[in-house]
Amino acid sequence: MTQTTLPPTKKTAPVSAPKGTVSDRSRSERRLGWMLAGPAFFVMLAVTAYPILQAVYESLFSYRLTDPDNRAFTGLNNYWVILTDSLWWQSIWVTVLITVVTVTVELVLGFGLAMVMAKALRSIRPVVRAAILIPYAVITVVSAFAWQFAFDINTGFVNSWFTWLPGVSADTDWFGDWGTSILVICLAEIWKTTPFISLLLLAGLAQVPEVLQEAAQVDGATWWQRLWRVTIPNMKAAIMVALLFRTLDAFRVFDSIFIMTNGANGTESVSFLAYRQTIARLEIGLGSAVSVLLFITVVLIAMAFIKGFKVDLSSARGE
Amino acid sequence: MSTRKKVLWWVGGAIIVVYALFPIAWIISISLKAPSDIANGQFTPTNVSWDNYETILTGSASDLFLPALRNSFGICLIATAISCLLAMFAAYAIARLDFPGKRLILSTALAVAIFPVISIVTPLFNVWRQIGLYDTWPGLILPYLSLTLPISIWTMSAFFREIPWEMEQAAQVDGATTWQAFRKVIVPLAAPGVFTTAIIAFFIAWNDFVYGIVLTSTEAARPVPAALGLFSGASQFEDPTGAIAAAAVLVTIPVVVLVLLFQRRIVAGLTNGAVKG
Repeated sequence: MTQTTLPPTKKTAPVSAPKGTVSDRSRSERRLGWMLAGPAFFVMLAVTAYPILQAVYESLFSYRLTDPDNRAFTGLNNYWVILTDSLWWQSIWVTVLITVVTVTVELVLGFGLAMVMAKALRSIRPVVRAAILIPYAVITVVSAFAWQFAFDINTGFVNSWFTWLPGVSADTDWFGDWGTSILVICLAEIWKTTPFISLLLLAGLAQVPEVLQEAAQVDGATWWQRLWRVTIPNMKAAIMVALLFRTLDAFRVFDSIFIMTNGANGTESVSFLAYRQTIARLEIGLGSAVSVLLFITVVLIAMAFIKGFKVDLSSARGE
Repeated sequence: MSTRKKVLWWVGGAIIVVYALFPIAWIISISLKAPSDIANGQFTPTNVSWDNYETILTGSASDLFLPALRNSFGICLIATAISCLLAMFAAYAIARLDFPGKRLILSTALAVAIFPVISIVTPLFNVWRQIGLYDTWPGLILPYLSLTLPISIWTMSAFFREIPWEMEQAAQVDGATTWQAFRKVIVPLAAPGVFTTAIIAFFIAWNDFVYGIVLTSTEAARPVPAALGLFSGASQFEDPTGAIAAAAVLVTIPVVVLVLLFQRRIVAGLTNGAVKG
């Protein structure tokens, strides 16, 4: 491992330490540090960097598993095929839509939950906290099934409970068209992942100095003013980190779509498209190219967050 | 606090509990429905029937569900153990030693955590088939490390940073040997952090679906979520809804128990790891 590429971090040597031994000590500390952390670092690279490089390589070939003899180098042709295909743009649109809708709703809902957890009576706090953790811990596939069965035309109770809503009747087929399928997928995702975002926001709330709140209150600020002028600006870092994590997580949406619609009615997400190309159609070349494109998109989103919104992850870590 | 406010808090709390438990209650309810009840449009079963549990535990679907349960437990526990062990050394180095590359390791962990799983799995599908890891336990344990290791490093280094390491020296000054100081002072302080990290890592591995369906093809290695996702009933004439619900309930129980037992620690672990890191 090269350590020279990074600027040396400032060391504050203990005052009593004799000068001569410091460099020896720091050198051995550096070696020990990498000996301890190296294996974890290496394993992380091995299980991610290697596969993505392999995907980049395979994406340059026209290669179908059922027809291995006709494997041929085609350069960037796979990318061209994908980017000019409406399927790709449809899946991007679905993914972006689900991401924007779920993350927006989750942010508002999660903030409310975080406020309740922070301020709730001592007696109900553990109950609320345990309840919140359950959706987080439930398997996504199980949550997707629960929501699917609830809305399903045969097994569900939603149609008989909500007949009073306009447009809902005993034979409303929620998974029969695009809009309603997306709606149910979003509901399931929101239920499952709001707790995570609310826990991140709870940690952010704890970092807002109590003094500021009191000062604002003394100055006569209303609850709403304090929320917008004191609480939110002071936890901006936590909000941005939560947004970044959840956006990237939402962008890989796959499990719920697989269970609920299996990509029917144009509900295919980018992850699902990559899966279908590789596993169902055994088009290794095309599937790899979709994977690489998804990876690039995720990197771009992360960079946009970090550069554009100035998300400073180290400040959020309280350093 | 006024009574009115108290009532409001209780109502708010009750809404949250209902929100969190409603889908769980629903899936339990379907799992107890008899086949004739499945399509009755009601939330609750008219008669409680244990048939679905029989189907998956001893009946026609047991050879699909039970091996999957064994695979999930085995694979997730091993992946969790390996990532906790690796993360323990890394987190110790990050919390206690000063060396260039600390930030590099933490940023790498972050980058790996946000990596789209599907981008890892499509190339692995082909490679695993060629080198014989397809549809085996190691073939899932290795990629699972990409899920469990980053969060383990983050969470554990957050915990380790809060350990008052001076106590080790204090114990040695008081006459303890190095080993005694480590075992009697540091281990008890570090154990809760390691344990919490293990629970969170286990949840993440247990939740995996993508690796599970892509990298397995039989009950030799297929984990529970993948088995549930591909489950279509013992025969095409049988509606799998009830059996899926029963299996879903059974795999949700251990998770709910863990959450109820360790909720305080899990919250601390998630918030520390993700925000304070």
